[in-house]
Amino acid sequence: MANVIVVTSGKGGVGKTTTSAAFATGLALRGFKTVVIDFDVGLRNLDLVMGCERRVVYDFVNVINGEGNLNQALIRDKRVDDLFILPASQTRDKDALTLEGVERVIQELKQRFDFVICDSPAGIEQGAIMAMYFADEAVVVTNPEVSSVRDSDRIIGILSSKTYRAVHNLEPIKEHLLITRYAAKRVNQGEMMSAEDVQEILAVPLLGVIPESPSVLQASNAGIPVTLDTHSDAGQAYLDVVARFLGEERPQRFIHSKRSFFSRLFGT
Amino acid sequence: MSFFDYFLATRKNTATVAKERLQIIVAHERGQRGTAKFDYLPLLQQELLEVVRKYVAIQDDQIKINIEKDGSYEVLELNIALSETDKKIQK
Ligand SMILES: Nc1ncnc2c1ncn2[C@@H]1O[C@H](COP(=O)(O)OP(=O)(O)OP(=O)(O)O)[C@@H](O)[C@H]1O
Ligand SMILES: [Mg+2]
Repeated sequence: MANVIVVTSGKGGVGKTTTSAAFATGLALRGFKTVVIDFDVGLRNLDLVMGCERRVVYDFVNVINGEGNLNQALIRDKRVDDLFILPASQTRDKDALTLEGVERVIQELKQRFDFVICDSPAGIEQGAIMAMYFADEAVVVTNPEVSSVRDSDRIIGILSSKTYRAVHNLEPIKEHLLITRYAAKRVNQGEMMSAEDVQEILAVPLLGVIPESPSVLQASNAGIPVTLDTHSDAGQAYLDVVARFLGEERPQRFIHSKRSFFSRLFGT
Repeated sequence: MSFFDYFLATRKNTATVAKERLQIIVAHERGQRGTAKFDYLPLLQQELLEVVRKYVAIQDDQIKINIEKDGSYEVLELNIALSETDKKIQK
């Protein structure tokens, strides 16, 4: 049976869509049949980041309303086998999603895929709750910055109280912390909270850190999930994250910057 | 202390400040989240008051209701103070 994973954060613009695209691509590269759903109804972006914006015909809301079926709406990725995208609607608002409709679509996808990745919209309201409601696991995306960490803590509270698993007293959603836009150098200089600091505050197991990297923008410019850029540090970090998610051991090679000769000399 | 350390020490380590501020605010907000599930307390207090009043004449402020956290479990504490005259009625 498929695993449903929500990528969530509370705060906007922290890297949920980048992560959803990179993570889904990474899972598919490992041979798992993976679909990634854009829950950001009205503000769809996943199609752009994945480079399939011109192939969108039917969307998630069409499928829920029975205006098109899943086969018509699912977009098969041209680069990676076993990778599919279910785009959000651009013209409706978030109220177009209903719990019954979302449940029906997710149930159908679970029959056909190994992993269902849900790219959550920002916020802590209905749209974000829809995206997490049927999840088995959650990737909580956080930047090492005060407002992002605080919002993540609120999202963690909602994951454990307002989701299907919480409401039905089932085993809780398995949470993973992913710290993105991480600048190890600034951490060394005491300008940015370290991964350990953030992990200690949120008390969720750390899946990994993704470095702040110019290659993320370049990848999204070109519509290529960053995991497909083999020269990108962020892409490598996402591949590590996928491996760890699948239970493999990988060293945390992006948490600490290599200290320069200069800084060692002066003991800073 | 090296020459460079001096400059670094005068510039406060803002990451540490961020962490300390977050630990305080997050603990506070988690505390409030915990009490949200007890938002039925005022109503419970009101209904209990009505039940007790069937037998004893008491004022609103003679009933106190409270939730105490004791390790891993919570204790619902109910305190009804009866004045001397009320006790006589009870007999
Ligand atoms: N590791 C990174 N390094 C540099 N830039 C990044 C990184 N991760 C994300 N970004 C940039 O941050 C911006 C926001 O990313 P993204 O759209 O993935 O966030 P989001 O959480 O999905 O936003 P929203 O809440 O609006 O849906 C984008 O411009 C993206 O290129
Ligand atoms: Mg997004």
